[in-house]
Amino acid sequence: MIPGGSSVRMVPAEQIIDTPMDFDSLSKLRSGLGTAAVIVMDKSTDLIRAIARISYFYKHESCGQCTPCREGTGWMWRVLTRMADGRAHKREIDMLLEVTKQVEGHTICALGDAAAWPIQGLIAHFRHEIEERIDQYSHKADLDDQGVRDPVHMVAAE
Amino acid sequence: MSKIIVDGKEIDVPPEYTLLQACEAAGAEIPRFCYHERLSIAGNCRMCLVEVKGGPKPVASCAWAVRDCRPGPKGEPPEISTRSPMVKKAREGVMEFLLINHPLDCPICDQGGECDLQDQAMGYGVDTSRFAENKRAVEDKYLGALVKTSMNRCIQCTRCVRFSAEVCGAPEMGATGRGEDMEITTYLEHALSSELQGNLVDICPVGALTSKPYAFAARPWELGKTQSVDVMDGVGSAIRVDTRGREVMRILPRINEAVNEEWISDKTRHVVDGLRTQRLDRPYVRENGQLRPATWQEAFATIAAKAGRTDGKRIGAIAGDLAAVDEMYALKELLAKFGSVNLAVQGGDAFDAKAGRGSYIFNPTIAGIDQADAILIIGSHPRKEAAVLNARIRKRWRTGGLKVGMIGAKSDFTYDHEYLGAGTDTLADLAAGKHSFADVLKNAQHPIILVGPGAYTRHDGAAVLAQAAKLAVDVGALKDGWNGFAVLQDTASRAGALDIGFSPAAGGLTTAQMTTFGTLDVLFLLGADEIKAPDGTFVVYIGTHGDQGAHRADVILPGAAYTEKSGIYVNTEGRAQIANRAAFPPGEAREDWAIIRALSDVLGKRLPFDSLQALRQAMFKTSPHLMRLDQIEAGKADDVKALAGKGGSVDKAAFKPTVEDFYLTNPIARASAVMAECSRLASGRMLTAAE
Repeated sequence: MIPGGSSVRMVPAEQIIDTPMDFDSLSKLRSGLGTAAVIVMDKSTDLIRAIARISYFYKHESCGQCTPCREGTGWMWRVLTRMADGRAHKREIDMLLEVTKQVEGHTICALGDAAAWPIQGLIAHFRHEIEERIDQYSHKADLDDQGVRDPVHMVAAE
Repeated sequence: MSKIIVDGKEIDVPPEYTLLQACEAAGAEIPRFCYHERLSIAGNCRMCLVEVKGGPKPVASCAWAVRDCRPGPKGEPPEISTRSPMVKKAREGVMEFLLINHPLDCPICDQGGECDLQDQAMGYGVDTSRFAENKRAVEDKYLGALVKTSMNRCIQCTRCVRFSAEVCGAPEMGATGRGEDMEITTYLEHALSSELQGNLVDICPVGALTSKPYAFAARPWELGKTQSVDVMDGVGSAIRVDTRGREVMRILPRINEAVNEEWISDKTRHVVDGLRTQRLDRPYVRENGQLRPATWQEAFATIAAKAGRTDGKRIGAIAGDLAAVDEMYALKELLAKFGSVNLAVQGGDAFDAKAGRGSYIFNPTIAGIDQADAILIIGSHPRKEAAVLNARIRKRWRTGGLKVGMIGAKSDFTYDHEYLGAGTDTLADLAAGKHSFADVLKNAQHPIILVGPGAYTRHDGAAVLAQAAKLAVDVGALKDGWNGFAVLQDTASRAGALDIGFSPAAGGLTTAQMTTFGTLDVLFLLGADEIKAPDGTFVVYIGTHGDQGAHRADVILPGAAYTEKSGIYVNTEGRAQIANRAAFPPGEAREDWAIIRALSDVLGKRLPFDSLQALRQAMFKTSPHLMRLDQIEAGKADDVKALAGKGGSVDKAAFKPTVEDFYLTNPIARASAVMAECSRLASGRMLTAAE
């Protein structure tokens, strides 16, 4: 669930289910009240794709005046888009987290923060999902066009 | 004054200081890209982030004033850290962002070696990139003949946008698109129209805007650097001449707060190629109507044969726009040996050297423009006659409270002004108080009456000057600590010539008289190309370029250009400045004073100095103020009052602009292909405007 518009860190349902909608309680969950427009996503949602879409929104909204947001939003969106497919390295998850930290707090307005937080929320709570996606994708690379696992990898796997 | 602690060091700074200035005052270096002292603050590069203790995030020090900082809980001064881990991380982050879409093509970039991005990436960046995506590509823009673009390198600091809007007053650059698609562009892709556009290259902290004529010519570390002054106009901008071997590669501005701040005009900067072409590199003598190459001895002998038989009264000399004081002094002494006082400097007929400096210099000084609250421009187009000075007026105008009136041909000065009239009638109306602008001048604390060449180069120039001086006296422009009578000398030689008395003394002929048929037998032209020597006169041309003067000459003596000799120049404020030698004159050309000295020997009128030092010693005896370089010997208010009393009848004709083409005003500029191209673009602009 994203408690405040699209711009704050998401929180998994079991943590937020009984939380009052106020500043202090939400900041305890490392999220925020934001615009208080609640987004609830069920299990059918592809979270990585959802955050990638939010990231695209911020990349599109960036005015381009200051450096971290102008350059950072595009970078984050591109990496997330790859991650949504699984086309990434696991080490890039930490890199992405660090890039969000480089944008956060270094911009003129709050759009940089707003672009960084959803990604931080995703990585904080659903890193395993991203890793799984990457594994799935690289697993696909081991299959030949008949869907049979590459014998070389079979040997390696054994 | 406010106390502030920077990196543990407590300092006292004015509260209006920005944190960046405060940190610099404390000796801490702050990296920056978008911030520039002379432009408005944008705060968008985020490179100058510093930590303010107690704040949750770093702040942009360029956009945060000392007075905006809160004191600590016990009233202790605010504490800034420029070296904390937070700041280091912030700088590294910003640096990485700046570089992800930068092409990193330093080896083929003209900015390499003098690039802010390169230096600061070394100082504050990290060694590798983690960016694995494709880099952004941006189309290059066309900005005219002087500025080359390579927009992939642009870091969107918007310095160029602010410079063209604020300093140039030609808001032709801007940003389009947003987010990472933001681009710096000229909207319509036409050539820039400002005569200060060359400064964009200096302003740009990366290699996005580089000099087109200098493209791929040299690297900064292989250039010899000579500090000098410019002679393209009367401002005397401080320049640095960069040479490789014996060739001048480029000219850059130096900072001189009192004169040019850190701008120079395009003519000053890009006249360089004119120093290489059309040069006179050996003496010539006219035989049977044809100029033929000759030796120095032949040339001197030809002059001696002619001048030896001539009455001193029928010998004259006219100095051109680029002549230094030294050679004018030498020529004056030579003519004195002949008993001739027929000395004149181009465009200087209206001035009386004996009337005192106050009557022909820019008395309020260029820095004084910053205090002015009313300016009356008479017969002048400062944008073309002294582009950098015009930028100063614009700077003053931008701060508000400056009223500008102008009499003369309607023109665009880059700042609002009231058009009062075309000619001397309006001037008379103002003096009679019949015009509303007269009250503006009277009520002003620091009024300036600026008289330009459009007024004083007319045949009735002296009377117009007197009329303007009278107006200055009447409106109270002369008061304690302020002399508002400002003559804008548009050439580098004129103020100096008048200082040493290189002007018609009692009984001497003026330029107009000397160029009349039948008055002179021998005429020396010291680089004077903008006059027409009369038929029948034997013309000795001492100069650098095969221009009008050389075409007419009977003997050509090749001299040294301003980058090839040490010469004292006096700017329009009366400031004596020295131009230093950066290169050597080509071929057999020699320094002008030495030519005159050698000639004097052949003519049997040996001049009493064997070195430039000795010449200057002699000159300083009569004009000691020339010795005090970079200072102004102030003109007296009484000089202006005396001038005001002179009167004279004035012509009712309108003041005409004197500079038809900003880019082609002197022989060096006329030899320059770059200037010719600029001129072509500028005239094209005028044609489109006329349509």
